[in-house]
Amino acid sequence: MRKNLFNIPAFLEGFATTLSFVFRKKPTKQYPTLKKQHAPRFHGLHELRRYGDGKERCIGCELCQIACPANAITVIGAENRPDDRRSPGERYAARYEIDELRCIFCGLCEEACPTDAIVLTPRFEMADYRRGSFIYPKDRLLVPPEAGVGSPPDERPGGIPPDLGSVAQMKSTVEIQTGYDATWRGSILKTQRKGLAG
Amino acid sequence: MISWWLIALIKSAVVLFVVITCFAYAMLFERKILGWMQLRPGPNRVGPWGMLQPAADAVKMLFKEDLTPRTADPLIYRLAPFISLITAMGAFAIIPFNETSAGIWSVGNVNAGILYIFALTSISVYGISLAGWASSSKYPLLGSVRSTAQMVSYELAMTMSVVGVLILAGSTSLVGIVHAQATLWFIVPQFVGFVIYLTTAVAETNRAPFDLVEAETELVGGFHTEYSGLRFGLFFIAEYLNMITVSCLATLLFLGGWGGPAPIPGIVWFLVKAGFFLFVYMWLRATLPRLRYDRLMAFGWKFLLPVATLNLIVTSAVIAVRGI
Repeated sequence: MRKNLFNIPAFLEGFATTLSFVFRKKPTKQYPTLKKQHAPRFHGLHELRRYGDGKERCIGCELCQIACPANAITVIGAENRPDDRRSPGERYAARYEIDELRCIFCGLCEEACPTDAIVLTPRFEMADYRRGSFIYPKDRLLVPPEAGVGSPPDERPGGIPPDLGSVAQMKSTVEIQTGYDATWRGSILKTQRKGLAG
Repeated sequence: MISWWLIALIKSAVVLFVVITCFAYAMLFERKILGWMQLRPGPNRVGPWGMLQPAADAVKMLFKEDLTPRTADPLIYRLAPFISLITAMGAFAIIPFNETSAGIWSVGNVNAGILYIFALTSISVYGISLAGWASSSKYPLLGSVRSTAQMVSYELAMTMSVVGVLILAGSTSLVGIVHAQATLWFIVPQFVGFVIYLTTAVAETNRAPFDLVEAETELVGGFHTEYSGLRFGLFFIAEYLNMITVSCLATLLFLGGWGGPAPIPGIVWFLVKAGFFLFVYMWLRATLPRLRYDRLMAFGWKFLLPVATLNLIVTSAVIAVRGI
């Protein structure tokens, strides 16, 4: 007991430590107002991309569904009709659903996709009130035609870092307010949200 | 006669308003300080620099459901928060904040002021122990048993540490004690008493590291586990008011109250000194871990009380030999 309660220098040292912490820089990020930029290859919400002529890249091959380790993806393909071609290939995805609650954001779908149709964006703010709203149907995943053409992951703003070791560094030091503007899908969603708020 | 009552009423209303405002911002300040000491920014969402946080908290408290356990003693359960709050507020009736040519800034100037304050703090034990008892639930009961034991044992040492000041000042009036410190603050001759007073005051107000009464890790919320909404808020206010009271007392007894170099008005000196003590309480909370119960009791009875008594004996002996 004496050893603990009467060790005055240790007490004073403790007080000095806490007091010095008051003047240190706080590592807190003011999150909702100030967003951290994620690494260019951050695995966030999915999106389905289009070709330059507006056609969907997805050809309904279901490879992403097979690759998905969490069984989060459901694809039901259908034949393209000659008068209404959705995709350049024979088939297109009639239904395309991702359950974002099951998804583990591993990016295997991205790798499995032969046409680079499904990609993971840096967008991560997906919180919602109902479970059902985490099952993203095709119309929520698909890039709107007026948004233009998506660039493949390797050509995203910021590019791919030369080595993965610097990813962590970029995450911690670089701050860009428009974190998820890295893809135009993100900016579309942002303007939509603004429209709702205003 | 009527005008005397009216003046006392207005004075107490002003003092209570100021003190409650101080409580609100002491709470915000404490959360800020704790945050900074833990490398967080603290509350900063409501208003600029979080300045409206107290208001938001008050609204939250007001609108929360007020629960009473089925087995609780309804009368005592409802009475207990008020005992705590009224005793905490009562102390401000006699605390002098400043002295100008117009008079002393206090609601009443009692010549047995220090005794009155100790009487009130003794009664405030009832608030906590009755709250724990009336909740008829195990954690509050444990909390209140601890609180009673702790406050009774620390109050002894606290009183002992203050008696030295009373001997030096030759007065029990708070104004008289401050006047006696015109040349030398009592922190110099009564340094031991000062340290003991600071320590016991922390225990007296149930603050960390002596907050065994609330001890979240072991007793959920201690005596106020069952309280919610505004009733809990009353305990909360009482705790902070007690903190402000002991800070003001430390200022008056040991740091010369409103005394200080002339160009700065006395009230500023008083606020700076009392604010410093408030900061020390927050600093303590951020630094020291909670004591174990038996160590707390042993520390109080086997160390603080003998040292305080020794201090009292030495002080009396010196005064007896040298005169004041």
